[in-house]
Amino acid sequence: MNLLAAEEATNPLLPHVSEMVVGGVSFLIVLFFVGRLLVPRIQKTLAERVDAIEGGLKRAADAQEEAQQALKQYRDQLAEARHEASRLREEAREQGAQIKAELREEAQAEARRLIEAAHLQIEADRQQAFTQLRSEIGRLSTDLAGRIVGESLEDEARQRRTVDRFLEELESTSNAAVR
Amino acid sequence: MSAALTPLASEEFQAPGLGLFDWPPLVEGQAWFNKPALLALIGVVVVVIFAYSAFSRPKLVPKGMQNVGEIAYEFVREQIAKPNLGKDSDRWMPLLVSMFLYVLVVNLFGSLIFVQFPVMSRIGFAAILSIGVWVLVMYLGIKHQGPIGFFKNVMFPPGLPTWIYFLVAPIELISTFFLRHITHAVRLFATMMAGHLIIALFSEVGWHFLFVQLTPLGAPIGVLGFIMTILLTAFELFIQALQAYVFALLAAMFINDALHPAH
Repeated sequence: MNLLAAEEATNPLLPHVSEMVVGGVSFLIVLFFVGRLLVPRIQKTLAERVDAIEGGLKRAADAQEEAQQALKQYRDQLAEARHEASRLREEAREQGAQIKAELREEAQAEARRLIEAAHLQIEADRQQAFTQLRSEIGRLSTDLAGRIVGESLEDEARQRRTVDRFLEELESTSNAAVR
Repeated sequence: MSAALTPLASEEFQAPGLGLFDWPPLVEGQAWFNKPALLALIGVVVVVIFAYSAFSRPKLVPKGMQNVGEIAYEFVREQIAKPNLGKDSDRWMPLLVSMFLYVLVVNLFGSLIFVQFPVMSRIGFAAILSIGVWVLVMYLGIKHQGPIGFFKNVMFPPGLPTWIYFLVAPIELISTFFLRHITHAVRLFATMMAGHLIIALFSEVGWHFLFVQLTPLGAPIGVLGFIMTILLTAFELFIQALQAYVFALLAAMFINDALHPAH
């Protein structure tokens, strides 16, 4: 290989137009297929991957947050419910006690009223029986006395006085007997 | 390889020269269609197939090729785009991924057995890429900073003593608008070319002294050449990947400078 001849043939620093055309066209083809068509696809996928990972992490954090929130809410509600329940229980107990007291009061009043009524009734009955008995005994006594004495007591007033005296006597003895 | 194998007939050792980079047309009459051009086109096919197998039906849970593709994508995003472009990264990822993968593949052709030619060692292939970046950067700079603001922000960075602008303005003008874009291409081209040349040299040494002219004195040199070829190929693999990274990194940096006034 003749070095001098080769050097004469080409100066390596001078670009050939044909090389620049071939090189330029080659690179444009690469740029079209790789740069225009293919790289955007992988960029999209990589972006999606980042999105999927970050989105997943974010979603997990959000879910965690939400769960915490819900738990707190439930706890609050539970505490509130417990509080409410105890308050209701207290109230019910109070009401129960009050009702019981009222009922007892009422029952006692009723009982007293009944007893009162019974007493009154008894007193009335006794009074009636006594009145009835008094007139009966009076009549019987006069009858009896008349018959024993054999004389009729003509005088009404005297008769009454006699009866009264007798009855008073009787009453005091019966009272003494009752006591 | 054809250039390296020609000295078979000759008894004299001749170091491989720039002729390594001259390729005849593969088809008669089609001067443009030579080995570098064919490799550039194969590189397109390889990159597109790779990207297609990795990114055509991406899954949220990656499998197989998608894993490999995602490693490449994330390398470009984290190491190239993010440090320079920050939150604008995603917008420029299509360009940067395409550029990185394409330059990487055609560079690695230099270390691929039977292919063994880094496409970017022909300056035209590197130049057209950096010209494309230059056009893009000019457009973006004028669009985002205004036609006057773009030049003003570059040439007159705020916060310097007045007299220094006489120095800074022309330097910044030439450097930002031209030189760094030229070196962008030349850096890639030169490293690929030099790497290819060195590997060709050592493999030629090994071939010549061990097979063409085996002499007691020459044999150790041949063995050395053989070993150096292997070591330098490993080194070259690293350089080829590094240069693809650097090329895309600089493109990202230039784009960011155009989007946001630097300094």
